[in-house]
Amino acid sequence: MRLNKILKNTLLVLAACLVLSACATKKEVATDIQGQMQGDVYTGTDTVKYLADGVPDRVFFATNESILTTASRETLRAQAAWLRKNPNINVVLEGHADERGTREYNLALGERRANAAKDYLMTYGISSERITVLSYGKERPVDSGSNPLAWSKNRRSVTVKAN
Amino acid sequence: MIKKILILLFILIPINANALIEVDITRGNLNPLPLAVSPLSIDEVSRKSFKKILEKENIGSEISNIVENNLRTSGLFNPLDKKAFLQAPDIANLKPRFEDWNLIKAQALITGKVNYIDDKLRVEFRLWDVLAAKEMMALAFTTVPNNWRRVGHIISDKVYERLTGEKGYFDTRIIYVSEEGPKVQRIKKLAIMDQDGANNKFLTLGNELVLTPRFNPASQMVTYLSYFKNMPRVYLLDIETGTQEVVGDFPGMTFAPRFSPDGKKIIMSFANDGKSDIYTMDLENRIVEKITNHPSIDTSPSYSPDGKYITFNSDRSGYQQIYVMKNDGSDVKRISFGNGLYGTPVWSPRGDLIAFTKLHKGKFYIGVMRTDGSGERLLTENYYQEAPSWSPNGRVLIFYRETKTDDKGEGFSAKLWSIDLTGYNERQIKTPTDASDPSWSSLLSN
Repeated sequence: MRLNKILKNTLLVLAACLVLSACATKKEVATDIQGQMQGDVYTGTDTVKYLADGVPDRVFFATNESILTTASRETLRAQAAWLRKNPNINVVLEGHADERGTREYNLALGERRANAAKDYLMTYGISSERITVLSYGKERPVDSGSNPLAWSKNRRSVTVKAN
Repeated sequence: MIKKILILLFILIPINANALIEVDITRGNLNPLPLAVSPLSIDEVSRKSFKKILEKENIGSEISNIVENNLRTSGLFNPLDKKAFLQAPDIANLKPRFEDWNLIKAQALITGKVNYIDDKLRVEFRLWDVLAAKEMMALAFTTVPNNWRRVGHIISDKVYERLTGEKGYFDTRIIYVSEEGPKVQRIKKLAIMDQDGANNKFLTLGNELVLTPRFNPASQMVTYLSYFKNMPRVYLLDIETGTQEVVGDFPGMTFAPRFSPDGKKIIMSFANDGKSDIYTMDLENRIVEKITNHPSIDTSPSYSPDGKYITFNSDRSGYQQIYVMKNDGSDVKRISFGNGLYGTPVWSPRGDLIAFTKLHKGKFYIGVMRTDGSGERLLTENYYQEAPSWSPNGRVLIFYRETKTDDKGEGFSAKLWSIDLTGYNERQIKTPTDASDPSWSSLLSN
C-alpha cells in the first residue's frame, strides 16, 4: 500500500510536470510559478535560510504528503553532514502544513512531515536524542498568500538549531 | 469566573396544555412567526434602584431587548417594531387587549414586570396567544441584579421551548480562540462569551499559542491545546478557579481533545513517529487507554451522546475520511464515501447526526450525515470553513470561516458563523477580535 502510494505520487508529479510544461509552451506567464514548483512541491529559494554554507534549513512537500523528494533528501544529507561535523548542536524539526486542511489533521500532518525528515537524518547517523520534533500544523505559515505557490512554501519541515 | 448562580424560578399559573401556536423548526422557516415583545414594565422606585446598581436607564427594556434579539436571531420569530405597539407595558402585563395586538399582526405576545425586592431582581413574564386570547405561560425569577442578561436568555429559552416544543439554546456560552496580528504570526488567546456575544472575556494572555478549546458537559471546565514552553499538549482549565493542568504524561504532542459525555474522560490524539492514534484519559484515576492502533493519522475524535460510540477522522484509506467505532476501539467502520476529503466529525447532542467539514474541488463545506454515513447534506460552501460545534438542542451549528487573502497576501480574517441545521439562517457572530475554533456550552440552566 505504501509502495502504491509512492508510485501514485510519482505519477502525479510526472503528470503535473507534463501539464506545466504544456502550459509553458503556450503562455509565458506560467514561467514564474514553473520555476519555483515541481508538481506542487516548492523548489524555489525565496524562503530558504541556511544553517551553514550550502546547508539549506528546510524541505518541502506535496499536498497531503510527507514523502521526501530527491531534492529534500539532498538537503537532509547536507544537514546530516553538518550535524556530524557539529556534534554539540541539537535541532528542532518544525513540521508545517498549508492552510487548506482542517486544523487538527494538519497538526498530525506537520508531525508526520517532521518525522519523515527526522527518520532520514537518523539513517545518516544522527542520533534521535539530538532531534526534537515540533508540529505547528497550519499555525505558522511563511507566506500569507492564498494561492498554490504560497501553499507550497508553507508545506515544509524546517530544521532549527535548538542550542 | 462563571459563578454558579441560583435562580429561583416558579410557575405563576399552570400552563395551558393546548398549545395553539406551533412553530415548526424542522424545515427552513421562511415565514418567521410575528410576535410582540412588550418592554417589561417597571415601577419608578425599582427603575431608579437598578439604574444605580447596573447603570442602565431602564432594565425592563434592556431585558426585553435581549429576548427580542435572541428570538430574531433564531430565524423562527419575527419580533415586531415596538413603535407600532398600542398598549402600555404595565397594562399589557395585567390583561392584554388582544384586538390591539391582533391589529399589528402579532400572533404571540410577551409581557412582564421587573421589581427591586430585598436587593434582588425579580422578573415575571407571560406569554400570550393573541389569536386564541389566552395565556400560554407565566413564570417568575428572582436573582442577583448582575444576572439580568441571563434572565433575558432564560425567558427566551422558555418562550422558544413553549412555541417549538424543543429546548432552547440562549442561556449558553461560547468558548473560542481569539486571533490578532498578521497571518504569519497570529497571537491566539482563549476567550469566552455569552451566546449573543456579550460578556466577552479572555482566559489566556496570548503568550503561547492555544487551539481547539472544548467545554465539559457541565460547562465549568475546558480542555484545549496549548504550546506552553513550545510543547504542544492537551490541557485542562477550570474556568471558575483558573487552575490549569496538563492532561496525561505523553512524550510528544497530544491534541484534538474533547470530553466524554459524562465528563469523566478526555479523548484526544497522541502523535508519535509520524503516526497519530486516539487515546482516552480518565480524569479520576488518570488511567490512559489507547483506543486506535494504526500507522495512519487518527484524530478529531467525538463521542456519541450515550458514550457508546466514537466518530473520528483517519487517512488510513489514503485520504482523510470519517469513521465510527465502538468506544473500546473495536468495530471500526468508514462512513464517508462521497467525493472529497472529510474531517472534524462531531456527534449531534440528539444522537442522530454527525456534522463534518468537507473539502472538495478547492471548496470547504459544513455538512451533516446520519451516523451510518447516509443522507449527506451540505449546509454551506466557502473558501475556507471548518470545525462545526452543535448548539445544545442540536438545531444550530457554529463554526469558523477564513477569508482568502489578496495578491499581496493581505485581507485575512477569521470569524465565527452559525447556521441552522435546515441550511437557513446563516449569520456571523460578532466578536471583538478575529475568532476561530468555537465550542458551544450546554444549557447553563435547565
